[in-house]
This record gives sequence, C-alpha cells and structure tokens, in this order.
Amino acid sequence: MAKFSPSDDSVVVIIGSGAGGGTLANELAQKGVNVVVLEAGARQSSATFLNDEWPSFGQLAWLDKRTTSGNWRVAKDFPNLPAWTCKTVGGTTTHWAGASLRWHDYEFKAKTTYGDVEGTSLMDWPLTLEELEPYYAKAEHKMGVTRTSGVPGLPGNNNFKVMYNGAKKLGYTKCSTGHMAINSHPRDGRSGCMQIGFCFQGCKSGAKWSTLYTEIPKAEATGHLDLRPESTVLQIEHNAAGKVTGVVYVDKNGKQQRQKARIVALAANSIETPRLLLNSASSKYPDGLANSSGQVGRNYMRHMTGSVYAIFSEPVHMYRGTTMAGIVQDEVENKPSRGFVGGYEMETISLGLPFFAAFLDPGAWGSDFTHYMDNYQHVAGMWLVGEDMPQSTNRVTLNSDVKDDHGLPVPNVHYDDHKNDLAMREHAFTQGEALYKAVGAVSTFRTPPYPSTHNMGTSRMSANPADGVVNKWGQTHDIKNLFISDGSQYTTGAAENPTLTIVTLAIRQADTITGLMSKHEV
Amino acid sequence: MENARPPSTGATITRGAALRKGAYLTGTLAAASALATLAPSRVWALQLALLPQDQSDTLVAFAQVLYPHANLPTAVYAMVPKDLDAKAEKDPKTASLIASGCADLDKAAGGSFAKAAPDVQLTAVKGGQGTDFFNLVRGQCITSIYNNDMAFAHFGYQGASWNQGGYLHRGFQDLTWLPNPPLDASPKPWA
Repeated sequence: MAKFSPSDDSVVVIIGSGAGGGTLANELAQKGVNVVVLEAGARQSSATFLNDEWPSFGQLAWLDKRTTSGNWRVAKDFPNLPAWTCKTVGGTTTHWAGASLRWHDYEFKAKTTYGDVEGTSLMDWPLTLEELEPYYAKAEHKMGVTRTSGVPGLPGNNNFKVMYNGAKKLGYTKCSTGHMAINSHPRDGRSGCMQIGFCFQGCKSGAKWSTLYTEIPKAEATGHLDLRPESTVLQIEHNAAGKVTGVVYVDKNGKQQRQKARIVALAANSIETPRLLLNSASSKYPDGLANSSGQVGRNYMRHMTGSVYAIFSEPVHMYRGTTMAGIVQDEVENKPSRGFVGGYEMETISLGLPFFAAFLDPGAWGSDFTHYMDNYQHVAGMWLVGEDMPQSTNRVTLNSDVKDDHGLPVPNVHYDDHKNDLAMREHAFTQGEALYKAVGAVSTFRTPPYPSTHNMGTSRMSANPADGVVNKWGQTHDIKNLFISDGSQYTTGAAENPTLTIVTLAIRQADTITGLMSKHEV
Repeated sequence: MENARPPSTGATITRGAALRKGAYLTGTLAAASALATLAPSRVWALQLALLPQDQSDTLVAFAQVLYPHANLPTAVYAMVPKDLDAKAEKDPKTASLIASGCADLDKAAGGSFAKAAPDVQLTAVKGGQGTDFFNLVRGQCITSIYNNDMAFAHFGYQGASWNQGGYLHRGFQDLTWLPNPPLDASPKPWA
C-alpha cells in the first residue's frame, strides 16, 4: 500500500470508501493516479463481520448524532437515526443487500415524463441512459451482477417461493431472483453465495460485492492508493482563487491533519456530503462550498419505502438465505392511472428475530404485536421501494444547536412525504398484501419505513449551474477541482436501488477526471 | 446496543454477587419448554446488583403486560430487570426513574402491580403510556426479550449460520407447501 506525504498536492483526495468513493479510488489507481482515501470508519473484514444483528449494527452503522424534522414517520420512530448507512471501510456496500438494477430511460427524464407535479423540484438529468449504458455494463461486470455478464441467477429461498407463487396468482409476470451483485458461482476470487442470511451484517463469505474486499485491495495492489481509515474530514480548504487545495481531518489518534490535494472528490453519502460542503463555508463561500445555487442539502430523497410481512399457516423461515432473494418488477413502470407518477419494486426482505422485534412496528406493544413474534417462523416479507418526489424543502441542514465530538454542527434531516409518495405507498401496501393473500396469508402487516438506506439528491446534477450543484460529470459547477462521487448527485431517484448507478457514475467520473488531468484543466 | 445473553442456569452465586444488595431471581423452566433442552439445568437464577425484589417483580409483570406470550418462560422476561439493573447501576437517574415508575404502577393498581389482576394491570400500564418510565421499559423489552439465545430457541430463529456453512445445504429452499418456481426464475444452486 502506498503512503503519500500530507504536503503532496498532486494526489486526488477521496472522502469516503463506499460504492462511489471506493470505486472511484480503484478506477483512478488502475490508471496510475495517486489517491488518498479518507474513511471515517474502521477497517473490518469478512472474518470480523458478525452474524448477530445488534452487535453488527454497532460494528458497522453510522451512529454519530443526527437530528430529524418533518412529517415522515422516521422522525418519530428514530429521531436521531434518520439513515441506516455505514461508517466503516467499504461504507454502506458492507450492509447493502446487493440489488443491482439499471434505470429506465424515462427515469432520467423525470420532469418531461411526469410533467409538473405540484410541490416538487423535478428536473431531467443532464445525461441519458444511452450515455450511461457502456458504463452500466462495466459496473455489472465489475460487480458480477447476476443475469448480466454471463453470470447465472441466484437460487431463490423459501421467502422467494412465497413471493413467486403470490406474484403468479396476482397475474404478475416479472418475478425472478433478479439482478444481484452476489456471486451465484465462485467468481473474481470470491466464494459463491452460501445462503447465510446475514447480507445486512456484512457478507462473511465475500460472495456479495463490497468495495471493502474488491475495489480497495485491488487499488492497494497498484501502489497508487493510500487508504486512511478512522479519518474524519472536518473541512475542505480552498485558495484565494477559489480552487480547493486539500482537507483538514482528524486521524485515528485524534490528531488534526492537513492533506493537500490536486482534486477532492466527496463521497460521504447524501447526508455527510452536503454537511461537509456546508461546514466548509468561508468568507469567499459564505453559504458553503459549491453552493452558489443554494441547492446544497436540498432535494433530499430517500425512496418511497415500506414493508409487508404476512403470516402463513405453514412455516417459511424467511431468514434463511439471501435477504433480498427475489423481485417483482410489474409495478415499476410509470402508469399515472394508478394515481401517482413513477413506479416501485417489490423485493423480498427478511429480518432476524431481534430486528423483526425492533422494526416491525416501532413503538408498538400488546397482543397484536406479539402475535407476529409468536408466528415468526411462519412469516414472509417484502420491501417496497419506489421513486419519491424531490422537494426543495426536503433537505439536510446544519443544526447549530447540536455539536459533534469535534465541535461541528450535526446534520438535521428534514423530510415531508409528498402526496405522490403517500399514494404510491398505499398502492404498494395494497398490492403487497394482495400478493400474500393470494397464497393463503392468514394475516398481513404494513411495516412503516426503516431509517433511510437509500439517501440521494443533496448535491444534485443539473445542466444549468443555477439549478444544481454538479454538472453531468459530477464536477461542481462552482469549483473545477471539486467533485461529488456518491448518490448526492442524483437529480431524481428513480425506482431502482441506487448502488449500481452510483458505481456506474463513479467509473465514468474516473474517465472524466483523468481526461481533465491530462489536459491540465484541473 | 448491548447483546443480551441468557442468564446462567443452575443456582450458583459468585462471591461478588453475594455482596450485592439487589434481588436474587430464580425460577424453573417447564419441562416442555424449548429452553429446557437448551439449558444445562431447568433451574435458573439471576443476581441483580441494585434493583430490589419488589421492583424486579414489577418490571417482570410490566414486561409481561407489554409483550404477552403464552408460553414464554419467566426466565426470558427476567432479562428486562437484569438489563435495567445494569443501566441503573451506571446511572442514578435511571435508578430513580425505575423506583418512581414502579411505585406509580403499584399506586395505579391499588397495591401490588405484580400481584394485581390482568385487567387492573392493563389499565395501569395504559395510564402510564408516554412517560419516560414507560418508554424506558418498553424500549428495553425489545432488546431484552427478543435478543437472546432463549428467545431465539423459543420463537424458532436459528441465529448465526456462518459457523454452520449458511443454509445452502440446510433448508433455504425446504418449503414444500407451494410449488417450486421454474428454473428461469430461480436457477439451481452452485453447490
């Protein structure tokens, strides 16, 4: 592994090592660019991951204090845990379920497709599916996505059997074990899936793609990556000309350090990324870095979500095998006749007994609740995930009343459900319950959203610098050598799980960055 | 979040525990209980550091009203006072919140909450909804009752699977009451 000097101003500094940052780091390192990755969390491995939900949560989750506001139920159930993301090398790719779905062409043209939807800040992306297709293919090959790149599909578990039969009874035709970045066979030096059932706790077989044991060690092997775990960035600095010059961070010994940089790429997930831009405000940039549009932190999206759990008279044992074992894609199209724009996916989900108790119906008690616990072995589950509407007022701001360990304001996450989100959730709940009832569910339960796993949009991409934070390459409109490399770039959220598109954009961004470097434009 | 573990079974008291002033909780698992096969002995015992017997009894009864399970052994509910005891030992404010909350429940039940009739207990619990004490105990119940090996055995959750090779050859597809999906939707396993 390389070691670069803090005063080396030729390096690219990447903040975050997840889907965006970890991928960008490897892509640049493979091209011979020297990279310093600053990761706030510690380095784990498949060997140290835990098949035990709460201890694993303590090991991997981002638990630094945050606050919430808005009418979303997460603010009531989890007032200091708006998001379920990770603080560890590999970021949230340690926790993600692996669903890797390409977007539809119309999802990049949300404003054109959905029209004027009151109360939204809908925009078209400044890029198209066609432009991204070659990069989607590279991402799928890199990640070993099933049913692409010659990789077979995964075998479905019991939870999938229930979903598949219910889907068929309901007349749905697009149900399978889907496109997963989980090895269905040994591949790329990693095991095939052992059906462990702890995808959310870090994959102990390494079958599920995570930057922790793919991109990062590959980048380290090039001699061009200097990875510094347990390094929390406090501020991005700039010079009088307005270009960024490096970052100030606290290292693993609690000591403040300064790393110079030719380019800074920010990939800290959609809450910390805008927070860092806002916390880097200066006399030259009083509203925060790259914020001349005022859009930093705005248009926070978290997907329309919800779950349906159903009790059957026969056993299911949903927790055995891959967590997101299968998908129904019949509701993903944009069919405004349903009473909302955009669409949603239905994906199997399971929770172990401890998390089932914690998340089935937060705050509930009494016999309705314990009935579900008593029938745990007979429960099947699905997660509903669809496009939520971007709203200017759904935003990440600095909460100056609450400070973190370094004395910096914590992020407040404000989210109000849009009526389109509510209509979509109602439809999805109804269809999910109908699916299970079609195969004999004794009872069904509508589980409210978990803390957000899909966080998007807080530094959005726009053609016009007045409308967003970054251009179509993820380069900030205001500062040429400052890039955003995570889901914060999302102009809109589409219905699909966001990771594949984050990886796709990061691969493409690496080409952009090396191109600009060779032309000495940054 | 701490990971609750089952209380040790068999009535042994450590030397340190003998000096503690908290309640000493004991019980016997029903022979038919799933836990009887798991535990080395059907007799279980727990030494608390701080909480006295009456508060511990109240907390167990409170947990049973909040999360009623017909055959769940008291040994599992006893995890609630055990875990709250650990918190109270570290934080005097928690200790006094528990003491006053238990006293309020007794008052609402017109005597001993733990010994009151089920309808009296339910009314008393409902009356305390939204208080700090209610929220403390209810939240604690979720991890204390459902996050331990005894609960896993009782509710039929198999817990960690990596050490047994996952479920690839241990029933991840063993559901037989519905037809198997076709191979294009669900291909064969790799091994």
